[in-house]
Amino acid sequence: MRPIANTRSAAGIPTGRLAVWWVVASEIVIFGGLLASYVMHRLAHPAWAEQAMHTNVWAGGFNTLVLLTSSLSAVLAHKAAEEGDGPKAARLLGYTMLGGAMFVVVKAFEWTAEIQAGYTITSSTFWSFYYSAAGLHGLHVIGGVVIMGFVAAAARRNEELHRVELIGIYWHFVDIVWIFLFPLLYIAK
Amino acid sequence: MSEHAHEHPNYIKIWAVLVVLLGISVLGPLFGHPVVTLVTAFGIALVKAYLVAKNFMHVNVQKRFVAYMLLTCLVFMALFFFAAAPDVMKSEGNNWYKPEAQWQAGAGTSEGHGDH
Repeated sequence: MRPIANTRSAAGIPTGRLAVWWVVASEIVIFGGLLASYVMHRLAHPAWAEQAMHTNVWAGGFNTLVLLTSSLSAVLAHKAAEEGDGPKAARLLGYTMLGGAMFVVVKAFEWTAEIQAGYTITSSTFWSFYYSAAGLHGLHVIGGVVIMGFVAAAARRNEELHRVELIGIYWHFVDIVWIFLFPLLYIAK
Repeated sequence: MSEHAHEHPNYIKIWAVLVVLLGISVLGPLFGHPVVTLVTAFGIALVKAYLVAKNFMHVNVQKRFVAYMLLTCLVFMALFFFAAAPDVMKSEGNNWYKPEAQWQAGAGTSEGHGDH
Protein backbone atom coordinates (compact mmCIF):
# COMPACT_ATOMS: atom_id res chain seq x y z
CA MET A 1 0.00 0.00 0.00
CA ARG A 2 1.30 3.46 -0.81
CA PRO A 3 1.45 6.05 1.94
CA ILE A 4 -1.15 8.75 1.45
CA ALA A 5 -0.16 11.21 4.15
CA ASN A 6 2.44 13.92 3.71
CA THR A 7 5.84 13.14 5.18
CA ARG A 8 6.99 16.45 6.60
CA SER A 9 8.22 15.76 10.05
CA ALA A 10 11.51 15.62 11.88
CA ALA A 11 10.17 12.59 13.72
CA GLY A 12 9.85 10.61 10.50
CA ILE A 13 6.12 10.40 10.89
CA PRO A 14 3.52 12.60 9.19
CA THR A 15 2.77 15.64 11.31
CA GLY A 16 -0.97 15.12 11.47
CA ARG A 17 -0.69 11.49 12.48
CA LEU A 18 1.88 12.33 15.15
CA ALA A 19 -0.54 14.90 16.55
CA VAL A 20 -3.34 12.34 16.68
CA TRP A 21 -1.13 9.86 18.51
CA TRP A 22 -0.33 12.58 21.04
CA VAL A 23 -4.06 13.18 21.48
CA VAL A 24 -4.59 9.46 22.01
CA ALA A 25 -1.73 9.33 24.54
CA SER A 26 -3.22 12.21 26.51
CA GLU A 27 -6.65 10.60 26.37
CA ILE A 28 -5.18 7.41 27.84
CA VAL A 29 -4.18 9.42 30.90
CA ILE A 30 -7.57 11.15 31.12
CA PHE A 31 -9.73 8.04 30.77
CA GLY A 32 -7.14 5.86 32.49
CA GLY A 33 -7.17 8.07 35.58
CA LEU A 34 -10.95 8.10 35.66
CA LEU A 35 -11.26 4.34 35.24
CA ALA A 36 -8.44 3.60 37.71
CA SER A 37 -10.25 5.77 40.28
CA TYR A 38 -13.47 3.90 39.60
CA VAL A 39 -11.78 0.50 39.92
CA MET A 40 -10.12 1.28 43.26
CA HIS A 41 -13.36 2.68 44.71
CA ARG A 42 -15.38 -0.22 43.34
CA LEU A 43 -12.99 -2.77 44.87
CA ALA A 44 -13.17 -0.95 48.20
CA HIS A 45 -16.97 -0.90 48.17
CA PRO A 46 -18.48 -4.24 47.12
CA ALA A 47 -21.90 -2.78 47.93
CA TRP A 48 -21.68 -0.79 44.70
CA ALA A 49 -22.68 -4.00 42.92
CA GLU A 50 -26.19 -3.30 44.16
CA GLN A 51 -26.16 0.04 42.32
CA ALA A 52 -24.67 -1.51 39.19
CA MET A 53 -27.60 -3.95 39.02
CA HIS A 54 -29.66 -1.07 37.65
CA THR A 55 -27.55 -0.43 34.54
CA ASN A 56 -28.98 -1.87 31.34
CA VAL A 57 -26.54 -4.53 30.09
CA TRP A 58 -28.46 -5.06 26.84
CA ALA A 59 -28.35 -1.36 25.95
CA GLY A 60 -24.64 -1.31 26.78
CA GLY A 61 -24.06 -4.46 24.74
CA PHE A 62 -25.98 -3.09 21.76
CA ASN A 63 -23.96 0.12 21.91
CA THR A 64 -20.75 -1.93 21.99
CA LEU A 65 -21.90 -3.70 18.81
CA VAL A 66 -22.69 -0.33 17.24
CA LEU A 67 -19.25 1.08 18.05
CA LEU A 68 -17.43 -2.05 16.85
CA THR A 69 -19.35 -1.87 13.58
CA SER A 70 -18.63 1.85 13.21
CA SER A 71 -14.94 1.07 13.69
CA LEU A 72 -15.20 -1.45 10.86
CA SER A 73 -16.60 1.17 8.48
CA ALA A 74 -13.94 3.66 9.66
CA VAL A 75 -11.09 1.30 8.84
CA LEU A 76 -12.70 0.39 5.50
CA ALA A 77 -12.90 4.14 4.79
CA HIS A 78 -9.19 4.36 5.53
CA LYS A 79 -8.52 1.56 3.06
CA ALA A 80 -10.66 3.27 0.42
CA ALA A 81 -8.78 6.53 1.00
CA GLU A 82 -5.48 4.75 0.54
CA GLU A 83 -6.76 3.44 -2.77
CA GLY A 84 -7.60 7.02 -3.76
CA ASP A 85 -11.36 6.49 -3.75
CA GLY A 86 -12.50 9.59 -1.86
CA PRO A 87 -16.26 9.25 -2.50
CA LYS A 88 -16.22 5.66 -1.20
CA ALA A 89 -14.23 6.74 1.86
CA ALA A 90 -16.76 9.53 2.47
CA ARG A 91 -19.66 7.09 2.20
CA LEU A 92 -18.03 4.70 4.68
CA LEU A 93 -17.31 7.56 7.06
CA GLY A 94 -21.00 8.41 6.75
CA TYR A 95 -21.83 4.93 8.06
CA THR A 96 -19.45 5.52 10.95
CA MET A 97 -21.16 8.82 11.73
CA LEU A 98 -24.50 7.03 11.62
CA GLY A 99 -23.13 4.54 14.16
CA GLY A 100 -21.96 7.39 16.40
CA ALA A 101 -25.38 9.05 16.19
CA MET A 102 -27.10 5.75 16.99
CA PHE A 103 -24.82 5.29 20.00
CA VAL A 104 -25.80 8.71 21.36
CA VAL A 105 -29.52 8.11 20.77
CA VAL A 106 -29.42 4.75 22.61
CA LYS A 107 -27.47 6.41 25.40
CA ALA A 108 -30.10 9.18 25.62
CA PHE A 109 -32.93 6.64 26.01
CA GLU A 110 -30.89 4.73 28.57
CA TRP A 111 -30.12 7.79 30.66
CA THR A 112 -33.72 8.98 30.46
CA ALA A 113 -34.92 5.67 31.90
CA GLU A 114 -32.30 5.75 34.65
CA ILE A 115 -33.00 9.35 35.64
CA GLN A 116 -36.75 8.66 35.68
CA ALA A 117 -36.03 5.72 38.00
CA GLY A 118 -34.29 8.15 40.34
CA TYR A 119 -30.66 7.35 39.54
CA THR A 120 -29.03 10.72 38.90
CA ILE A 121 -25.44 11.93 39.00
CA THR A 122 -25.89 12.93 42.65
CA SER A 123 -27.61 9.71 43.79
CA SER A 124 -24.38 8.01 44.87
CA THR A 125 -20.69 7.83 44.07
CA PHE A 126 -21.33 4.90 41.74
CA TRP A 127 -23.78 6.93 39.69
CA SER A 128 -21.40 9.92 39.74
CA PHE A 129 -18.73 7.72 38.18
CA TYR A 130 -21.25 6.20 35.78
CA TYR A 131 -22.49 9.51 34.41
CA SER A 132 -19.02 11.11 34.41
CA ALA A 133 -17.29 8.26 32.56
CA ALA A 134 -20.10 7.52 30.12
CA GLY A 135 -20.77 11.24 29.64
CA LEU A 136 -17.15 12.09 28.92
CA HIS A 137 -17.03 9.18 26.49
CA GLY A 138 -20.27 10.35 24.88
CA LEU A 139 -18.80 13.82 24.35
CA HIS A 140 -15.86 12.18 22.57
CA VAL A 141 -18.30 10.31 20.34
CA ILE A 142 -20.15 13.54 19.48
CA GLY A 143 -16.88 15.39 18.84
CA GLY A 144 -15.65 12.56 16.62
CA VAL A 145 -18.84 12.58 14.57
CA VAL A 146 -18.64 16.35 14.01
CA ILE A 147 -14.98 16.24 12.92
CA MET A 148 -15.70 13.19 10.77
CA GLY A 149 -18.33 15.25 8.93
CA PHE A 150 -15.68 17.77 7.84
CA VAL A 151 -13.24 15.00 6.87
CA ALA A 152 -15.93 13.18 4.86
CA ALA A 153 -16.94 16.38 3.07
CA ALA A 154 -13.35 16.91 1.91
CA ALA A 155 -12.89 13.23 1.07
CA ARG A 156 -15.96 13.33 -1.16
CA ARG A 157 -14.04 15.87 -3.29
CA ASN A 158 -10.94 13.63 -3.14
CA GLU A 159 -9.20 16.22 -0.96
CA GLU A 160 -7.09 15.67 2.19
CA LEU A 161 -7.58 11.92 2.05
CA HIS A 162 -4.87 11.34 4.69
CA ARG A 163 -7.25 12.82 7.26
CA VAL A 164 -9.48 9.75 6.89
CA GLU A 165 -6.80 7.70 8.62
CA LEU A 166 -6.34 10.32 11.34
CA ILE A 167 -10.00 10.52 12.35
CA GLY A 168 -10.05 6.72 12.16
CA ILE A 169 -7.26 6.40 14.75
CA TYR A 170 -9.21 8.68 17.08
CA TRP A 171 -12.45 6.78 16.50
CA HIS A 172 -10.87 3.39 17.19
CA PHE A 173 -9.50 4.77 20.46
CA VAL A 174 -12.99 5.92 21.45
CA ASP A 175 -14.12 2.38 20.64
CA ILE A 176 -11.39 0.89 22.88
CA VAL A 177 -12.41 3.14 25.78
CA TRP A 178 -15.97 1.84 25.51
CA ILE A 179 -14.67 -1.76 25.34
CA PHE A 180 -13.39 -1.20 28.91
CA LEU A 181 -16.29 0.95 30.12
CA PHE A 182 -18.82 -1.70 29.14
CA PRO A 183 -17.68 -4.48 31.52
CA LEU A 184 -16.82 -2.00 34.28
CA LEU A 185 -20.19 -0.23 34.33
CA TYR A 186 -22.59 -2.82 32.94
CA ILE A 187 -21.30 -6.34 33.50
CA ALA A 188 -19.56 -6.26 36.89
CA LYS A 189 -22.64 -6.56 39.10
CA MET B 1 -1.02 5.01 6.09
CA SER B 2 2.05 3.82 7.86
CA GLU B 3 5.78 3.76 7.61
CA HIS B 4 5.92 0.26 6.22
CA ALA B 5 3.93 -0.96 3.27
CA HIS B 6 1.71 -3.81 4.38
CA GLU B 7 -1.30 -5.74 3.30
CA HIS B 8 -4.63 -4.91 4.85
CA PRO B 9 -6.02 -7.75 6.94
CA ASN B 10 -9.54 -9.07 6.38
CA TYR B 11 -11.34 -6.42 8.41
CA ILE B 12 -14.74 -8.06 8.20
CA LYS B 13 -13.32 -11.27 9.64
CA ILE B 14 -11.76 -9.32 12.53
CA TRP B 15 -15.06 -7.55 13.13
CA ALA B 16 -16.83 -10.92 13.22
CA VAL B 17 -14.35 -12.18 15.83
CA LEU B 18 -14.95 -9.02 17.88
CA VAL B 19 -18.72 -9.56 17.74
CA VAL B 20 -18.36 -13.19 18.87
CA LEU B 21 -16.14 -12.02 21.75
CA LEU B 22 -18.76 -9.40 22.66
CA GLY B 23 -21.38 -12.14 22.80
CA ILE B 24 -19.19 -14.21 25.13
CA SER B 25 -18.52 -11.21 27.36
CA VAL B 26 -22.27 -10.60 27.72
CA LEU B 27 -23.27 -14.23 28.21
CA GLY B 28 -20.34 -15.33 30.41
CA PRO B 29 -21.37 -13.37 33.52
CA LEU B 30 -24.87 -14.92 33.34
CA PHE B 31 -23.34 -18.08 34.86
CA GLY B 32 -22.83 -16.08 38.05
CA HIS B 33 -19.38 -17.49 38.73
CA PRO B 34 -16.89 -14.75 39.72
CA VAL B 35 -13.93 -16.31 37.90
CA VAL B 36 -15.94 -16.87 34.73
CA THR B 37 -17.18 -13.27 34.93
CA LEU B 38 -13.64 -11.96 35.40
CA VAL B 39 -12.32 -13.88 32.42
CA THR B 40 -15.24 -13.37 30.05
CA ALA B 41 -15.83 -9.71 30.87
CA PHE B 42 -12.40 -8.25 31.59
CA GLY B 43 -10.11 -10.83 29.95
CA ILE B 44 -12.05 -10.59 26.72
CA ALA B 45 -12.08 -6.78 26.94
CA LEU B 46 -8.28 -6.90 26.85
CA VAL B 47 -8.35 -9.20 23.81
CA LYS B 48 -10.88 -6.98 22.02
CA ALA B 49 -8.82 -3.86 22.74
CA TYR B 50 -5.70 -5.61 21.43
CA LEU B 51 -7.48 -6.65 18.21
CA VAL B 52 -8.77 -3.12 17.60
CA ALA B 53 -5.39 -1.48 18.37
CA LYS B 54 -3.45 -3.91 16.19
CA ASN B 55 -5.76 -4.36 13.23
CA PHE B 56 -7.82 -1.16 13.08
CA MET B 57 -5.39 1.40 14.53
CA HIS B 58 -2.36 -0.38 13.02
CA VAL B 59 -0.25 0.33 16.09
CA ASN B 60 2.03 -2.56 15.17
CA VAL B 61 3.18 -0.92 11.92
CA GLN B 62 3.71 2.58 13.32
CA LYS B 63 7.09 3.93 14.30
CA ARG B 64 8.26 2.15 17.42
CA PHE B 65 8.16 5.32 19.53
CA VAL B 66 4.37 5.53 19.08
CA ALA B 67 3.97 2.28 21.03
CA TYR B 68 6.48 3.51 23.62
CA MET B 69 4.54 6.77 23.98
CA LEU B 70 1.27 4.92 24.57
CA LEU B 71 2.87 2.43 26.95
CA THR B 72 4.42 5.27 28.95
CA CYS B 73 0.95 6.72 29.50
CA LEU B 74 -0.33 3.31 30.60
CA VAL B 75 2.58 3.04 33.05
CA PHE B 76 1.66 6.45 34.50
CA MET B 77 -1.91 5.22 34.87
CA ALA B 78 -0.69 2.15 36.74
CA LEU B 79 1.58 4.32 38.89
CA PHE B 80 -1.39 6.49 39.80
CA PHE B 81 -3.46 3.43 40.65
CA PHE B 82 -0.92 1.75 42.90
CA ALA B 83 0.02 5.01 44.59
CA ALA B 84 -3.55 6.02 45.38
CA ALA B 85 -5.25 2.64 45.84
CA PRO B 86 -3.92 1.89 49.35
CA ASP B 87 -5.34 5.16 50.63
CA VAL B 88 -8.68 4.65 48.92
CA MET B 89 -9.08 0.95 49.62
CA LYS B 90 -7.84 0.70 53.23
CA SER B 91 -9.42 2.28 56.28
CA GLU B 92 -6.33 1.98 58.49
CA GLY B 93 -2.57 1.48 58.31
CA ASN B 94 0.46 1.34 60.60
CA ASN B 95 0.21 4.90 61.88
CA TRP B 96 -3.03 6.14 60.45
CA TYR B 97 -6.71 5.44 60.25
CA LYS B 98 -9.77 7.01 58.71
CA PRO B 99 -12.10 8.29 61.42
CA GLU B 100 -14.97 8.32 58.95
CA ALA B 101 -14.53 4.61 58.19
CA GLN B 102 -14.48 3.77 61.91
CA TRP B 103 -17.58 5.83 62.47
CA GLN B 104 -19.32 3.99 59.66
CA ALA B 105 -18.24 0.64 61.08
CA GLY B 106 -19.65 1.67 64.44
CA ALA B 107 -22.88 2.71 62.81
CA GLY B 108 -23.09 -0.66 61.08
CA THR B 109 -22.68 0.78 57.59
CA SER B 110 -19.16 -0.45 56.84
CA GLU B 111 -18.30 -0.93 53.18
CA GLY B 112 -20.85 1.73 52.40
CA HIS B 113 -23.95 1.73 50.34
CA GLY B 114 -22.40 3.42 47.40
CA ASP B 115 -23.35 6.79 48.76
CA HIS B 116 -19.97 8.11 49.87
